[in-house]
Amino acid sequence: MSTLAASNKRSFWSVVWDYITTVDHKKIGVLYLIAGGFFFLLGGLEALAIRWQLVKPMNDFVSAGFYNELITMHGTTMIFLAAMPLIFAFMNAVIPLQIGARDVAFPFLNSLGLWLFVFGGIMLNVGWFTGGAADAGWTAYTPLSTISPGEGMDYYVIGLQISGAGTLMAGINFLVTIINMRAPGMTYMRLPLFTWTSFVASALILFAFPALTVGLFLMMFDRMFDSAFFDPAMGGNSIIWQHLFWIFGHPEVYILILPIFGVFSEVVSTFSRKRLFGYSAMVFATVLIAFLGFMVWAHHMFTVGMGAAANAIFAVATMTIAVPTGIKIFNWLFTMWRGSIQITTPMLYALGFIPTFTIGGMTGVMLAAATADYQYHDSYFVIAHFHYVIIGGTVFGLLAATHYWWPRMFNRMLDERLGKITFWIFFVGFHLTFMIQHFLGLWGMPRRYWVYLPDQGLDLGNAISTAGAFLMAIAVLILLYNIIKTAIKGEPCGDDPWDGRTLEWAVPIPAPHYNFKQVPLVRGLDPLWVEKMDGRKEMTPSEPLDDIHMPNNTVLPFVMTIGFFIAGFGFIYQKYDNALNALIFVGMGIALGAMLVRSLKDDLGYHIPKKELEKEARK
Amino acid sequence: MEERATFNEEFIKEKRRQDMRHQVLTFSMLIIFTLISFGMVMSDLNAMFVRMVIILFAVVQVGFQLYYFMHMNEKGHGMPSLLFYGGCFAGFLTVLGLVVLTWW
Amino acid sequence: MTEQDIMNPKKMPLQPEKATLEGKNKFLGFWFFLGGEAVLFASLFGTYLALNGSLNGGKSAEEMFGLPLVFIMTMLLLTSSLTSVYAMHHLRNNDFKRLQLWMSITVILGLGFLACEIYEFYHYITDYGFTFRSSAFGSAFYTLVGFHGGHVVFGLAWITALIVRNAKRGLNLYNAPKYYIASLYWHFIDVVWVFIFTVVYLMGVL
Ligand code: HEM
Ligand SMILES: [Cu+2]
Repeated sequence: MSTLAASNKRSFWSVVWDYITTVDHKKIGVLYLIAGGFFFLLGGLEALAIRWQLVKPMNDFVSAGFYNELITMHGTTMIFLAAMPLIFAFMNAVIPLQIGARDVAFPFLNSLGLWLFVFGGIMLNVGWFTGGAADAGWTAYTPLSTISPGEGMDYYVIGLQISGAGTLMAGINFLVTIINMRAPGMTYMRLPLFTWTSFVASALILFAFPALTVGLFLMMFDRMFDSAFFDPAMGGNSIIWQHLFWIFGHPEVYILILPIFGVFSEVVSTFSRKRLFGYSAMVFATVLIAFLGFMVWAHHMFTVGMGAAANAIFAVATMTIAVPTGIKIFNWLFTMWRGSIQITTPMLYALGFIPTFTIGGMTGVMLAAATADYQYHDSYFVIAHFHYVIIGGTVFGLLAATHYWWPRMFNRMLDERLGKITFWIFFVGFHLTFMIQHFLGLWGMPRRYWVYLPDQGLDLGNAISTAGAFLMAIAVLILLYNIIKTAIKGEPCGDDPWDGRTLEWAVPIPAPHYNFKQVPLVRGLDPLWVEKMDGRKEMTPSEPLDDIHMPNNTVLPFVMTIGFFIAGFGFIYQKYDNALNALIFVGMGIALGAMLVRSLKDDLGYHIPKKELEKEARK
Repeated sequence: MEERATFNEEFIKEKRRQDMRHQVLTFSMLIIFTLISFGMVMSDLNAMFVRMVIILFAVVQVGFQLYYFMHMNEKGHGMPSLLFYGGCFAGFLTVLGLVVLTWW
Repeated sequence: MTEQDIMNPKKMPLQPEKATLEGKNKFLGFWFFLGGEAVLFASLFGTYLALNGSLNGGKSAEEMFGLPLVFIMTMLLLTSSLTSVYAMHHLRNNDFKRLQLWMSITVILGLGFLACEIYEFYHYITDYGFTFRSSAFGSAFYTLVGFHGGHVVFGLAWITALIVRNAKRGLNLYNAPKYYIASLYWHFIDVVWVFIFTVVYLMGVL
């Protein structure tokens, strides 16, 4: 762990301070990884508890109410606090390097987005300690969510609002970074696919999250200020929530998967030692998926009674998405075809991903058949579908990215042997857990029920499923062991350990905080590979050595976040005592005050003088 | 060289003055559209017809604002337009969904 | 570009708002943000349109809304949009005094708008008992119009902060982009208002 090891000499608190105030995308990436990883483990524990409750009929491991909290917090945590932040971890760690930039476009916003996510995540989980966490499902359908007693759903609303704001900022930041900060010669059609897919996913964030923001505001007003959006007695309408949620929710699943398509494109191409097959088709398919992704949200609502015409339109629209997705699958296969394939851990995940994700896509098309969905809806079949795409896609991809970019981030290789063991146990555990759930669903097991009766043909299937879940947990433990082991015993891995193709491998490991002493000149797709093929070891610089401009560290994002965090409690508890409104004013005061300081104080950053850079070069 | 630069500057200043005149023209158009919209609502024309026309006027007004007031007609607005209109498109679908699919 | 060039440029470029990389980033990022805001307001409009018939026994839009006030508000906001165009005209001509002047006029017009809006809400609440809590229509109306009003408040605070902050230091390449995006924000507020007066008020009384 280069960054950590190097700072060992400094006092603990100065390191903490450094990370709290950092605007360096590489450190922010590490923080996203740590926080996202933590929430991933937390969500995993919740999943194990769910599976343990279902291991046998009429189990009483947890109460019905607690079970509801578990499933709600599991889903919410995994999607908003684990999968997305982990994707942001790699976007931060890799994208500026891949496009030849010294930084992101908005370092300040980058830090703010991180802290909003972290504190939003904490907020969501505070509910556990105040009489019950959120319990209306991660989809939080009204009126269940608006009448749910206690503060659990309030924490859901405020927590997601805070972390959602952070996500929106991150999205805008990456859009602008990728457009404005590319090195000379890095044209759009030379962007590595991870950058491309992240770009498109960021656009999806920009268009999808505001719908969630509004939905959450309406829910917040209904729960905390007695408005009547979802209350039929006052003329309200529950369906509005479902629309807003899924207008956000469906693009969200593509936010989760598109960057992962990018990861696999990089991995497959690197370890087949070939350039990606059908690069432009891949880009086109990505954009097409994103575009179509906005017109299909109602496939989650086939059974609410929208009518045959609406159902038919959304069914057809949904099925068309399978076409660009299929294009991608074939492109990966053709990239491998006649490549000289190296079976590394990331490549294993890629190989596992292709069939697994294809199954998930197939069940997706089955679900998209509106009439059939009346049978599948809210059954374990749906659970199986989205775990095939989200674990088989997103989580496999994140694990591949972890192994692939670990040396880039921490100057250590993860142990390959342990990595492969992790893969196989995780892969087997995954299919054991979720394959059978397709059938459980078809045999009539509904989702979100805390018990089932014995002798209805569901006993064995559930037991198998639980066994698989524990296998996945073992795999995760091995991964953790691998990380700790290599952090303590591992050797620094040095530059370019995978014989990479893209620019992030042209940067020395560990990276200087300005990334590129001289911004490189990009001469083709897979720029580093282009240079290697020309017999060079390094990129050609595009500029003479000169002073480098860098942004200043700042604590304001952290302060601002604390402000919103405090105000959040005010919103939740003001219904008990008007005096608690003070919390809202104090919190908002802190946040707006920090904003004002930010806008009033000139912050021009600093320059690393040329002399210093030359001195470093001589060392 | 020096002379040329000032000449250029004069030219640009003049062009800007003209642009500003266009902006005022745009403004008068906006006022006229607004007046017509208010007028139509107070008249007793067919309600459906009025509805269509005033929405059309709103869209046109907004177009003028975007292109002239917000300078979208200038160079270098490709990406801003792409993502702004992307947002408008997503927003349009949202409104459509909520209007058409909430009660029926 | 050195600090000196940014804070005290010898010569103002033609488009000072986009002369630095920071300026270009701000410009682009802010437009994207407006794209997101478009979805945000669309969601609010959609909700309003879905609920504007849910009166829960209260008065309807037609019975309450008075067009004269809305017309005045519209004129105030439209005019403030033009004044901020003037401000940007002077920003590009490097005429800092006029830039500040027109920005101040924009703020005053905005305050006028806000005063009308507060009066309007007050009027509905006291005279018709039409509140945020009285019906789904009430909730949707106050949320949509209130979100817009909140944007006005934020915009006014932002522009005021810019005017006060930079009064002594004049225009440079560091604050030019800030003025520019603040004015974009202000125009966007007007754009949303065009739809509000059309969809909420005009179609409401139709
Ligand atoms: C070929 C592509 C896909 C199709 C046709 C498809 C179709 C569907 C349909 C129709 C449903 C609703 C089922 C029901 O509730 O009755 C659904 C649920 C779901 N899908 Fe997919 N899907 C596809 C890909 C994906 C991907 C790539 C992801 C995520 C990475 C995903 C995540 C989900 C989730 C999370 C749900 C369940 C949400 C819930 O009710 O909690 N899907 N899918
Ligand atoms: Cu979907």
